[in-house]
Amino acid sequence: MSARDEILSSIRRSLRVTGAEGPRRAAVEARLTGAPRGVVPARGQLDAMERIGLFKKMAESAFASVAIVRGAREVPTEAARWLRDNNLPATLRKGEDKRLADMPWGETALEMAEGASDGRDLNAVSHAFAAVAESGTLIMTSGPENPSTLNFLPDNHIVVLSAAELEGDYESVFDRLRQKYGKGEMPRTVNMITGPSRSADIAQTMLLGAHGPRKLHIVIVDEA
Amino acid sequence: MNAGQPKGRRVGLMATCLVDLFRPSVGFAAAKLLEDAGCTVDVPSQTCCGQPAYNSGDKADARALALQVIEAFEGFDYVVAPSGSCAGMMAKHYPELFEGDPELQRRARAFSAKCFELVSFLTDVLGVERVDAQFPRQATYHDSCSGLREMGVQAQPRKLLGTVEGLELVEMKDSDVCCGFGGTFAVKFGEISGQIVDRKTQDILATQAPVLLAGDLGCLMNMAGRLSRKGREMEVRHVAEVLANMTDEAPPIGEPVGYQAPEAER
Amino acid sequence: MSVHANPTTPHFKDNAHKALHDPQLQEAMGKLRVGFTAARQIAVSKLPEFEALRDSARDIKNHTLAHLDLYLEAYEKKVTASGGHVHFARTAEEARNVILDICAKRGAKTVTKGKSMISEEIALNDAMEKAGITPVETDLGEYIIQLRGEIPSHIIGPAVHLTKDQVEGDFRRVHTHLPKDRDLTEPTQLLTEARGILREKFLAADIGITGANFLVAETGTSIIVTNEGNGDLTQILPKCHIVVASLEKITPTLEDVSQLLRVLARSATGQEMSVYTTLSTGPRRPGDVDGPEEYHVVLLDNGRSSMIGTDFQHMLRCIRCGACMNHCPVYHAVGGHAYGWVYPGPMGAVLTPSLIGVEKGGQLPNASTFCGRCESVCPMRIPLPGMMRHWREREFERHLTPSAARYGLGLWAWVAKRPKLYRFGTRIVMHVMGYYARKTGKFFAMPFASGWTDWRDLPAPQGKTFQSEWKKRRGTK
Repeated sequence: MSARDEILSSIRRSLRVTGAEGPRRAAVEARLTGAPRGVVPARGQLDAMERIGLFKKMAESAFASVAIVRGAREVPTEAARWLRDNNLPATLRKGEDKRLADMPWGETALEMAEGASDGRDLNAVSHAFAAVAESGTLIMTSGPENPSTLNFLPDNHIVVLSAAELEGDYESVFDRLRQKYGKGEMPRTVNMITGPSRSADIAQTMLLGAHGPRKLHIVIVDEA
Repeated sequence: MNAGQPKGRRVGLMATCLVDLFRPSVGFAAAKLLEDAGCTVDVPSQTCCGQPAYNSGDKADARALALQVIEAFEGFDYVVAPSGSCAGMMAKHYPELFEGDPELQRRARAFSAKCFELVSFLTDVLGVERVDAQFPRQATYHDSCSGLREMGVQAQPRKLLGTVEGLELVEMKDSDVCCGFGGTFAVKFGEISGQIVDRKTQDILATQAPVLLAGDLGCLMNMAGRLSRKGREMEVRHVAEVLANMTDEAPPIGEPVGYQAPEAER
Repeated sequence: MSVHANPTTPHFKDNAHKALHDPQLQEAMGKLRVGFTAARQIAVSKLPEFEALRDSARDIKNHTLAHLDLYLEAYEKKVTASGGHVHFARTAEEARNVILDICAKRGAKTVTKGKSMISEEIALNDAMEKAGITPVETDLGEYIIQLRGEIPSHIIGPAVHLTKDQVEGDFRRVHTHLPKDRDLTEPTQLLTEARGILREKFLAADIGITGANFLVAETGTSIIVTNEGNGDLTQILPKCHIVVASLEKITPTLEDVSQLLRVLARSATGQEMSVYTTLSTGPRRPGDVDGPEEYHVVLLDNGRSSMIGTDFQHMLRCIRCGACMNHCPVYHAVGGHAYGWVYPGPMGAVLTPSLIGVEKGGQLPNASTFCGRCESVCPMRIPLPGMMRHWREREFERHLTPSAARYGLGLWAWVAKRPKLYRFGTRIVMHVMGYYARKTGKFFAMPFASGWTDWRDLPAPQGKTFQSEWKKRRGTK
């Protein structure tokens, strides 16, 4: 018997089942298709404006910085300002994301590069798929639009978030993923990011910038 | 259980073997508190609740001792112990000892439902709001683990101690952290237990209170023993002795008859 | 031979003795005792639904375990459909061999590794080194203990037992390029040094191996939760990503994962959410400019399938947050290495005997005061003390209990079952003891109880028994 079959039979022996029982199969099927929600904290159940406030508070408490701009046009200027204020070089790498491409980067002095990171970039900008106010968490999906390497290799990461894509809880984001990719389907990588990289492995002292970005700056585009 | 109007107030006092053997004064203090609250107290023949056997994996002896306790006490309206640990054993663990024997398990369940730790019984069941006692000292209070986590004893002793005339409660850091007693653990793993109780005594001494109180004699003997080994003068007592105003009847734990507090009054 | 293959668990007491006399360890443990517990308490107090989430999390895992065979099948199907490969492994050896085969096929020389307790459980690094492959641990704590040739002393903070001076010493010993005058006294300087070294390793690795916090049946997704981002660099840079995880990591849906995530970080570090929660499904897609070309999942049983339906099934709910050890007075006293194998603390005291045998691991479930603090903070409501007691029962049934304890307690029970003898005997003994200690009120030494009196005095009995005094004062009834 293969390892697989032996493990499955061992589980079935322990559970005293055969695996063919109708009710058991139905229960599993129902859960997988229905994906019932469990306890969703009241904290994130807010109107659009309050949600932005909560997101900002939670992301900042995770040591990210947050700026709110009134339109996509303002993003490049805000990115340039943030880099300048932090004494960082005026370079920025991004993917093929159409929303980012349509922004007027040419109006700034930023030197732009495109594509995945090879580990030598200091700064990158990505567009978030969505975000969760409950914990100040960004949701990033992989692909040529926003390569996953940009989330981790550069020292400083700027993430653009559309206010319309800010949800109260994780569950609502998972519904969005299902809408875009199909039920049961996922992009190769979904990164849920809450603040910049950190470690407390040396002497239990919390330090930012362990392997991923040392700084995370979130620019919320709020057209409303 | 209806707090205001108990069906009857015949209480079987399970003194616990440690109180029976080492510190009868706690048993008398418990009896007084119960009687003052309107209970009729009796002390049926008793030995051990079976916890040491149970916690050592000896289920057969644990079951035999549990049955002995049930037979001796099940005629009472309530069974009360001045110990969260023994009360927890009777209230929370007896039923599982009789798994596979529905008749005995039913009996054990009915029995468990009337078992209580002393101080929580006074406040939660009998509705006692205050005690008539004086103890003009500063004292700190340790939450014994089983009382705290199995029987929910935390606010009750503090509430009643708050009504003791002259007593000032000084909370220690981490009062809910184990003192390292753990029954046979203290002997089997003496060195680890010694370290845990040493840390506990640091938190106790940091309060600068001259008196240490708790609701379980095992923990009290452990902490008193460590304090005295460190050469620290401290009056260690079961909380019932203070609540019953009976501190004059026995020297503190680990002290000889005729003991005088180093600074009798604050 | 490494500790992985040769646990020092049977010598727990000796290990503990050494640990208690290790000042650096004691300093580190002192910090842990304060830091983690306070952080958890604050995080929990900020979320009113926390207790309800604990119930929800427990119920999800119970449901999953009751249908584990079916969820595994569903998970496997989804992974395969997304272009990944699932490998089942009955034993640690099978899991090692599957991984070594993949490495051999790809001609891998260097393998970066995200933090994985299963990798520790199967002693993967030893096997890779023997096969001529260089494993590089990339979690900062794991990297440090790899330099030291140690096992993790904590499941989420592998190097939590070390002070910064010890880490500096290790870096100076191994990173031989370091100039002598380079200042490494501050943790941040040590971090910068490790980041630089490991960045090169990430970019050069042939294969990346991570563990998994959850495996999602609905989507065939593996999930890792980290703060450093090392797990991500491990899995998106090399051409091949191998996930090694045990069976019980299966979780039905993304909604179920949400429930578990809400209790995980809060229980572990007191964070609202860990920095990186990464969901990986299959290999790189058409058009992707990064990500691995091959994706494998190695599912380890190693005895877990037979824990289902036993007293120890609860343990399979564990999500490895470390809250039990963060709150354990015994762990605080002796640290993780005293436990002698991969899993320390209360969860280790329950799991280790299952995995290495109760003959070797039997001391661990005994080394507990049953204070219950672990159970009170366990996000999955695992009855840890209850299961330690079950181990004690098995040891007792199999006569593995040390004879002194067995006879001592046996004698006590024998007397306690005979109330008349008990009353008669104890009256005499207590009288003698009370009389003997009448001047001091305590004993400084006691035969058969040196475990007690080596560390503390034994308060003397008052001399009379309560039952005899009660009878005298209140009359017989």
